[in-house]
Order: sequence, then structure tokens, then C-alpha cells
Amino acid sequence: MVENRPWMTFFTHVVLILGIALLAFPIWVAFVASTHTLQTLLNPPTPLLPGGEFFENYYRALTEGAKAVGAPVWSMMVNSLVMALGISFGKIAISLTAAFAIVYFRFPLRKFFFWLIFITLMLPVEVRILPTYEVVADLGMLDTYPGLIVPLIASATATFLFRQFFMTIPDELVEAARVDGAGPLRFFKDILFPMSRTSIAALFVILFIYGWNQYLWPLLITTDESMYTMLIGINRMLASGDSQAEWQVIMATTMLAMLPPVAVVVLMQKMFVKGMTETEK
Amino acid sequence: MEKRVVFHSRTLPYLLVAPQIVITLAFFIWPASQAVVQSVLTQDAFGLSTKFVGLANFEQLFADPHYLSSFYTTVFFSTSVALLGISSGLFLAVQADRVIRGAMAYKTLLIWPYAVAPAVAGVLFLFLFNPHLGMFVFALRSLGYDWNHALNGPQAMFLVVIAAAWRQVSYNFLFYLAGLQSIPKSLIEAAAIDGAGPMRRFWTIIFPLLTPTSFFLLVMNIVYAFFDTFAIIHQVTKGGPGDATNIMVYKVFRDGFVGLDLGGSAAQSVVLMVIVIGLTVVQFRYIERKVHY
Repeated sequence: MVENRPWMTFFTHVVLILGIALLAFPIWVAFVASTHTLQTLLNPPTPLLPGGEFFENYYRALTEGAKAVGAPVWSMMVNSLVMALGISFGKIAISLTAAFAIVYFRFPLRKFFFWLIFITLMLPVEVRILPTYEVVADLGMLDTYPGLIVPLIASATATFLFRQFFMTIPDELVEAARVDGAGPLRFFKDILFPMSRTSIAALFVILFIYGWNQYLWPLLITTDESMYTMLIGINRMLASGDSQAEWQVIMATTMLAMLPPVAVVVLMQKMFVKGMTETEK
Repeated sequence: MEKRVVFHSRTLPYLLVAPQIVITLAFFIWPASQAVVQSVLTQDAFGLSTKFVGLANFEQLFADPHYLSSFYTTVFFSTSVALLGISSGLFLAVQADRVIRGAMAYKTLLIWPYAVAPAVAGVLFLFLFNPHLGMFVFALRSLGYDWNHALNGPQAMFLVVIAAAWRQVSYNFLFYLAGLQSIPKSLIEAAAIDGAGPMRRFWTIIFPLLTPTSFFLLVMNIVYAFFDTFAIIHQVTKGGPGDATNIMVYKVFRDGFVGLDLGGSAAQSVVLMVIVIGLTVVQFRYIERKVHY
């Protein structure tokens, strides 16, 4: 603050608190709805304070799910978790090795591979929906974990991030390692990998959120209820056909679907911010 | 930039890049080329034979009023989402930058909605605006305004725009706050000594200095609105009522998976690819890619 204007400081705080309240309002309403009976929700106005059905609704969601979908939320949660972790670790692993090869080796086709990886930036799933679906169907990967994970783990962003980071590592380290008789794999394992830890952690936070929040891809390739991720499960619960959508269960599921990524951002805020500002620039 | 010291091995580098390259070829390059091939072919009604039709699919596409309306819908949608999200993010960032006490807490509380999936954001707003039991709908009705986004196109558009922009506020806030913190305090202080009030300082010093951030965010928000909002459209309106919220990405999905029009869907994919390539070029050539935090 440049000058002291008490009135303006007050105004700033009021605006910020209002902004936060406005942003959080939809989630508060969802939370409140997840603690009432369906009957209460069907007779508006919706209450603004939590009711007494918290345990019933969450227990029912986790163990049974909504009537419209034959899978309990805990199994969807496992699927979402497997997918998010698979995508994060997969992307980090193959990007680390690719960046290592591109930075620390000279070989024919190096430039070509680099551009090939770059091109993936320009081909999000959304622009190649049908043909990618066909490839995965031909490989027999529909309704499987590899089908959910593998097509999404190529990553130009992660490869560039690691390449960028490796370029800042002094050449003397490589020389020293070579003098001591370390081969490339030893150098990678004992020097490069430990040095990359913070970058890996920051990237992991971003990728976990990215993986957990995937929607279009699981929507296309999962038809078996036992393979639904949480977000797909919510969509199926909403489309309950003729019967009444069970909003209290849907809202409990929505809260559960939000919890892991939000927890990651709040608990690892430093890493999250680092990851955001480094991967997206 | 190249490394001066490197390792030597004939096969190792290939093994190291192999996983990334194999996945890129199988799930990116091959499907994309298939889309390009299919976009110049047409299938008969039974799917028994295909023939080469040149650019006929594209001609058909650009002559199709539904496609053109989807194009305008997308432009309107993404501009609204970008402007709403960016201006709210900037406004909150300017306030948060001024705060000394509780700055960390405010930051955390403003950032976390970014972690909420677009699909979940869609459901949250769908519940608030549900024509039968939504809280806002009830409030609007008591004021004499009838809300039913399942029948009213502009209302449906409004709903998906705020659901999409809600989450982006946090994203824009994060980058604007970083931008604001990198502006030297001496500039602001000098202006204050010269007698410029807070508003004047904002418009003549702070806002111009934030131009690189604003431009970066404009591109990122448009990319988001074009592609990542599929989940919101799918959850909230399914492109309807009619074609009111049928943005291009949703139309590719609807025509391809539901309508099974392969040639037309592939041609739309190719058009989208051209758009992404254009946006990526803009992003890499014209954006100052140093955002300090």
C-alpha cells in the first residue's frame, strides 16, 4: 500500500470477502444439499443451512450410489484415483526419459522426435475424438485402465519443462560424473533425477488435477459401470431417465469428486503455483 | 541452446524416447491423419463403400447454416467467458495485491476453485438453476421472472457462460497477482507523490504494464473456452435448446458419436485442428513467456 487510507483498506477487505463468498457459494449450496433428504430438496426454497442427513447420504453414495447407476461411488473413486495417478506418473516417467535423451545425446532423428513431441500440443483429444476412439477400440482397450491412461500420457509440456530444467544444469556435473566412471543411466539415476525433484513435485500436482478432472475421454471409452470415473458417474446419475434424479446423492458425490483435487491445491499451494506458472508459460 | 558435453550411445537414446514417440504416433499422429483422410471421403448410407470426394465435405460444412451458427455460438461463448473471467480475476487480484494483513489466506481462498473440474462446475450451476428446485430459479420466480434454460436459448447460454467463467476467475487471479507483484513499487510510489490517485495509477501505470499478462490470459482463456468446456456443455445443456449452446467441440462429438456422420465430423475436426494450430502459433510467437511469480 502506497498511502494510508483506512477507508480504502476497509473497502478492499470487503470486496475480497464478497468475492470469496461469491466463488464459494455454489459449493456451499452443494454441501448443504448433500445433507438433506430428497423430499426437502424437491420443495424449494432450498435451505441455506446443513440438515441432519450427512451420514446417511454420504454412506449411501459411497456404498450404493444413486439408483440410476449400478455402481457405488467408492469404486468410481478408485477408478478416478487410478486414472489420475496413472496419468501423472506415466507423463512424468516418459517425459523425463525423452527429455534426457534429447538433451544429453546426439543422434540422428533427434530434431525430428523433438518436433513430433511438439506437435502433440496442437492435437487435443477434442479435435481427434472419433479416430482416437477407433484406435483404442482396435487395440481392445475400451473399458480398461490402460485405455483410460495410456492415450493421455504423451506430453509436450512436461518434456519441455524437463528439457528446460536440464539445460540449466552445469556441464561440469556431467564431466565429473564421467571422470568418476558413471555411464548415462547412472548419471540419470544418481544426479539428474534427484536434482529434478522439485520440478517433478510441481508437475505432479498439476497433472494429478488434470488427470482427475478428465471428462471427455472416459465418457467415450467407458460403457461398463464398474469402470466409471466419478465425473462420468455424476453424469449418469443426472440422466436418470423417467425417475426423479436423486439430488441428495448426486450432491454428495459431487462433494466427494471435488475433495481430492481441492485438497491437493490447498495443501500443496506452493507446488501448485510453481507448477502453474512454469508449465503454462 | 545445446549441451556442450554429451553421452555417447548408439541405442540408448532411442530406447529413452521410444515410449513417448510410440504413444505420440499411435494416439496423436495416426488418429489426426485419419481425421484428415476421412474428411475427404464419404460413406454410403450402409457404410459399405467409401469414395474420395475432395473438399466436398468442407464445402458442405461451410454451406451448412447449423455449422455457421455453431461457429458464431462458439465465438460469442468464448469471448464472454474470457472477458468475464479475466475482468473478475483482474479486479480481485488488484484488491488482493493491496492487502497486507491476511494476504496468504485470501490467496488460498481465491485459488482453490481452479481445482474443481469443469464437469463439476457444470453440475453445481445446474443445481442452482434447476427449473424445478433451483434456489436461484425460485428467487427469480418470486420476482416475477420465469427461468427455464431447457427451453430458453439465451438463458442456457448465460448459464454455461457463468459456469465456465466461475472456475477461470481463480486461474486469471493467480496470473494477474503474479504480474502485479512484479511491478516495481517505486513506479507506483513516484506516481502517488506526483498526486495520482488509485484509479489514475491503475489505468495509466498498472494496467499498461500488465499487457503481456492480459494477452497471455486472453489466449489461454479462449483455448479453455474452445476445448475444455466440453464437459460443462455436456452436463448442463447438451448443446440445446435447439442449437443455442452447440459449440464446435460439442458439435463434433454430437455429429460423430450420436449422428454417425463420419465425413462431416472429420471435416469439423480438421477445422478445429487448424484453429488450435493457429492459437498455438500465436501463443509461442507473440507472447512474452516469462511470467514471474
